[in-house]
This record gives sequence, C-alpha cells and structure tokens, in this order.
Amino acid sequence: MSDTDYNFAYLDEQTKRMIRRAILKGVAVPGYQVPFASREMPMPYGWGTGGVQVTAACLTPADRLKVIDQGADDTTNAVSIRKFFEKTAGVAVTERTAEATIIQTRHRIPEVPLTEDQILVYQVPIPEPLRFLEPSEVETRKMHALEDYGLMHVKLYEDISRHGEIATAYAYPVKVEGRYVMDPSPIPKFDNPKLESAALQLFGAGREQRIYAVPPHTRVVSLDFDDYPFDPSKAPHACALCGALDSYLDEVITDDAGGRMFVCSDTDFCASRRGEAA
Amino acid sequence: MMPLLDVRSLTKTYGGRIGCADVSFRLYPGEVLGIVGESGSGKSTLLNCLAGHLLPDAGRVIFDTRAEGPRDVLEMSEPERRMLGRTDWAFVHQNPRDGLRMRISAGGNVGERLMAVGARHYGEIRAQATDWLGRVEIGETRIDDRPSAFSGGMQQRLQIARNLVTGPRLVFMDEPTGGLDVSVQARLLDLIRGLVRRMGLSAIVVTHDLAVVRLLADRLMVMKDGQVIETGLTDQVLDDPQAPYTQLLVSSVLQV
Amino acid sequence: MTPMIHVEHLAKSFTLHNQGGAVIPVIEGAGFSVRAGECVALTGTSGAGKSTVMRILYGNYLAQGGSVRIGGLDITKAEPREILALRRETLGYVSQFLRVVPRVPTLEVVAEPLLALGRPEAEALARARDLLTRLRIPDTLWGLSPTTFSGGEQQRVNIARGFAHAYPALLLDEPTASLDATNRETVLTLIEEAKAGGAAIVGIFHDLEARARVADREIDVSAFAPGRAA
Repeated sequence: MSDTDYNFAYLDEQTKRMIRRAILKGVAVPGYQVPFASREMPMPYGWGTGGVQVTAACLTPADRLKVIDQGADDTTNAVSIRKFFEKTAGVAVTERTAEATIIQTRHRIPEVPLTEDQILVYQVPIPEPLRFLEPSEVETRKMHALEDYGLMHVKLYEDISRHGEIATAYAYPVKVEGRYVMDPSPIPKFDNPKLESAALQLFGAGREQRIYAVPPHTRVVSLDFDDYPFDPSKAPHACALCGALDSYLDEVITDDAGGRMFVCSDTDFCASRRGEAA
Repeated sequence: MMPLLDVRSLTKTYGGRIGCADVSFRLYPGEVLGIVGESGSGKSTLLNCLAGHLLPDAGRVIFDTRAEGPRDVLEMSEPERRMLGRTDWAFVHQNPRDGLRMRISAGGNVGERLMAVGARHYGEIRAQATDWLGRVEIGETRIDDRPSAFSGGMQQRLQIARNLVTGPRLVFMDEPTGGLDVSVQARLLDLIRGLVRRMGLSAIVVTHDLAVVRLLADRLMVMKDGQVIETGLTDQVLDDPQAPYTQLLVSSVLQV
Repeated sequence: MTPMIHVEHLAKSFTLHNQGGAVIPVIEGAGFSVRAGECVALTGTSGAGKSTVMRILYGNYLAQGGSVRIGGLDITKAEPREILALRRETLGYVSQFLRVVPRVPTLEVVAEPLLALGRPEAEALARARDLLTRLRIPDTLWGLSPTTFSGGEQQRVNIARGFAHAYPALLLDEPTASLDATNRETVLTLIEEAKAGGAAIVGIFHDLEARARVADREIDVSAFAPGRAA
C-alpha cells in the first residue's frame, strides 16, 4: 500500500462503487452513454478527469498501470497521471504494453493487440457523437433511444461533398454491436479496426459526466457509404526509427528548413522493435 | 373511400385557456385542406396537435398507415410517430430556419431524410438531392451551398424539397408563404400546387392569407377562438360565407 | 331518361350578419330541368338572380332549400369532395373571370382540367394547343401566364379551359361577351359541338343572336323571385 493519507486510488469507496455501477451498466449496454456523478479531480478538465476516475474505480493493488498520451508514455499528461496513481494507489507502473493490466490512454490504441486480461481506459473530451450536428442533449438522447441516426451520415455526406472523401480523420463515429452510434474518443481512424479487441475498453468523460464501454470481442463498425467505404489509412511512410510500415506515425518537424521525419506514435511499440532489432 | 386522416373531437387547452376545442374532420387522399383564422384562433395549435408536436387533451387522430391501415397517431409509440414523421408525413414550417439545418449544405439537407430511412449510397443520395433541387427550381450548382447563402424564397423551396424527398402522403404546412415577397409567394404557390397534383399528396395548410387558400385548398375550415365555425368548399366559403365571422373575414380583405 | 340537371324548390337568401343581420331573399321555389344535348338560357333583368342560379348550380353558393341534382348528385347536400369530383368529371363552368395561379403558362392552364382527370400529358397538351389555335391565341403567348393578357384574350383562355374536357354538364356565363365576330363564331361552334356531343348546357347570354342560335329554351329567372313563385 502507499504511504499517503489518500484513500486507495484517491477516490472514496462510495464514489468508486458508483463509478463501477456505471461501468457495469456500460458493459451491459455496449456503446450507451451512462451518466455518472463525476467528481472534482485534482487536475483540470481536459487532462483526463474522466479517464482517471474510471481507472481509479478499476485499479486493484495488484494491477500494473500504463498511461499513454498520443501513444507516448513520456509526455507531461501521461507522466502526471502515472505519478498520481503511483502516489495515491501505490500500484506498479510500466511502459510496456504487454506487461500492463490497465492502460489509460489519450487519443491512441496501442499497436500490439491487447488481451482479455487487460483493460483500456480512454479519456474522452466529448462523448456525444451527434453533438456538433444537434446541439440539444434532450434531442440527441432521443435520437440514440430511437436509433434515429440519419444525421450522423449527413456529417459524412458533408465531408464527401466538400472534400471528395470522408475527411473525418479522428473521432470517427462507429456503430457498436449494431445498436448505438459511439464516439471512440479522438483516436485516429487508423485505430478504429482495433476497437474490436479482446480487452475490455472503458470510456470516461469527466466534464460531460458520461461513461461508456465496449466489452471484449464486441462488433464495432465504422460508419461509411456503400460507394465510399471506410478507409483506415495513415501517412504513407515507414517509421524513421524502427522502420515499421504498419504503425500509426507522428510527423516530427526537425528544423526550421522544412526538415521532418515520421516516427511511431506508439513509443513502446517503436522501442521494443528497435530493442529486438538491436 | 377511406379517409387518409380522420380527426375526432380534438381538444387542447392551455391551463384554462382553449387552444382548440372539439375539432373533427376527415381528409381524403389527394385533398388539400386550408385552415384559416386570425392569430390566436387556434389554427397553429390544431396543426401542431395533428402533427404530433403537441399532445392534445382529448380526441383521436387516425391516420391510414401504409403497413397497418388506420392507426390512432396519439396512441403510437414515440419511435413509430418519428418514423411516420420522416416517411409518410412532412412538416413545412413558416420560418425555413425551423425546418432546415442551416449549417449543412442544401444537398445534405435534402439527403437527411433519405439517410434517416437507411440510404447508404452517396452517389444515389446525391442524385436524388440534385433531382429534388431541380424540382423546386434550385440550380444544381447550389447543391453544396449552405441555406444561409440562400434567399428567403429559396430557403422555403429547399425546405419543401427536404420534406418531399421521401415521398410523403401527408404534408402539414404552417403559413408556407408567410414572410415572403408577393412575387416569390406566387412562384412558391405554383410550385406547391404542381407538386401536390403530381405526387397526389394530401395537405393541411394553415394560413391567414385567404388568397393562398383560394389557390391551394380544395376545402376550407374557418377557426375562431379555438372553434371551427365554418367548413366547406373553398370557393363556396369565400364567395358565400355563412357565419358572421367568416363574412367579416372575407369582407375585410383588401381588393386588388 | 332522367335529366342531367334537375332543380327543385330551390331557395336562396343572403344573411348579412355584419349589416344588422339583414336577410335578403333572392330566389324561391325555382325548378327546372336540362336534358343531355339541350341548351337552356337563363333570362331576366340585371339583378334578377341569373348569376346566383349559376353559382348555386356550380356549388359555389349554398342553397337554403330545395335540391339541385346534377348527374344524380344533389349538390345542396353533397360533401365537398363529392362536389370536387363532380366538377372534375361532370360539371364544367366558364365564368366571366379567369382565376389562375400567377406564373402558370397558358398552355398548362388550358390543359389542367384534363391533367386533373389523369389524362396523359401529351394528350392534354395537344387538346390545349388545338383549342388555343381555334380561339386564335397566338402561340407566342402559350408559354406566358394569362394574367398579363388583355380582357378578350383572358376570356378566350377561359373558354378554352372550359371546353378542354367534354363535360356532360356545362355552365356558361356570358361566353361571347367582349369577343370579336370571328372569335364569337368559334365559341358558338364550340357550344354547338358540345351540345351535339350530348352536353346539358345552362347559359347566360346577353348576346340575343347568340342566344337564339344555341339555346333550345329560355327560363326567365324573374319567375323565381321571392313572393312571385307559388
């Protein structure tokens, strides 16, 4: 156990039970946004308050936690949250995807396929996929309830009419188990196929007070048109560091003269490939 | 012949105030019914009760559905009513802003109802949208423009295209020509009349403009203080009004 | 054979609610019949009620009593949709004034009665062209709305529209007024053709020569004035 005065994983037990009930409901109704009484966390909204609460509710002392931000373990956000749980829960941490039992993520799904023993927790800024199309929450909830999803395709239609293709590159809407349309959080559309996973995937939106889930092996279909099928494409390059051709890449500007390189966004994936190569 | 819509003793009150009281009528396929009256006469309340936007206190609204025959709309579940609202029914608002998505292109506005009932082929949706824009006299080149770039008359025509694209059988119109220039009104009336005839639509048109109903409506219903005070053939009611109020209404119109 | 148009005990009065509730009786105890192929002219001085009778026959005015059977339907008791169907299929009316939606081209205005009956568009337009040609409306005007035409031109468009469909019953309100000799001749020929085709026609003709030529009988509506009839 940790040597702090905090309750295990910061939140009090009642709150964690409340969040677990929301998670269970989310698992029972895949893709459905379950309202929950989001707590004030010691970090600003937008820094993953939803994900942190879900992680806190799932952690056990035996867990090994990994936190990534845009695929990287070493960014401020990831480091802060990892330290937060090291301090408040005293759990073991790791940067190795395969070794982690719980992975909290912002905007990526790790490249290595996850297993049934793992939980992936997403930080979600705006859980409502219909939000920018229909401003009324009352109306969007009705639309979900009645499976009235024509509007979602209107957005994709608008993309094609304006850009000649579906230009939505992240937060690409999906239909879960043939029922609810869901915002997969701002992951690149390249990651969408990985939403069909062996791991339990939980989504937490702190400011918007919503939790939703994709249970293991759930069918997740990216929305598209018959004549404009979903295309999980990425930058047509190889990683400049590990040479991977099948990983999602970040473009890194290296100087003021237009120099740039493409590297794996998943730092652990890239490092382990280089470790193997070496 | 079976009426398309059979309204029985529809009543809606707001607290102690009467919205509409004990309204009954039948609308047959292909008929256009005009409802006239001044502001506060209950005509909009009635229209909103019929279209399912307001819940009446009493009465029945029986619609002859395609699949199951006559059904009381008020007893339908919300999903059923919504499905009706985007397939067999259409509602044209007075203000096109209430009936259009202003941040979505004209083509997207027309295509929405198609996508809502399951259309998933972009090329076909776009072809249908183009066809419908043509029918309401909006050039193909405007298909990707947002309605905010359109004139009031064009917006209203776009709203009509958006509503009619799924081939509804009953159209509710709330002051469809209100707020438009007279020349634009005439064009719109001509358009609506042509569409009604070609598609065999039934329509209920609420307006305070007697010239509009003379040109559009087969039958007329005159309302005052929430009550229907006179009904009949449009030209008969306008040329030989029986009720004191209707006589006043008709004689108050300025002659051109 | 039952007559095409059969009027019995017809009564009409106007109640002016906004002018002290004054009741003005106009017609009382009117009765007459018109058989297929027959043309009857309504006569009487101005204000005797000729136009009122015509309007009642068309269902435009409500009767206060009696019955008006046209093609078997009593229009004083019929539902609006029955009257509409009657007007579409059986009962034509050429009024003195043309009332159309602005912006609709003349050719469509004339073809509309046939289109409303569900006739093929090509057939309806062909008939419209034929009638407009016979009535000497230059084809340069066919694509324009008649609302901008002169009085005489509007009257001829109105007649063309009224004769587009071969109605079994036809009401004519001053069909030859404001027409020149040639066009008048054409209209009279159209009326004769309709009669020969079996139409029952009721007309108001101030043109005495025209009346003498097409009418088989005259009915003086003064006889229907209130207090005069039995």
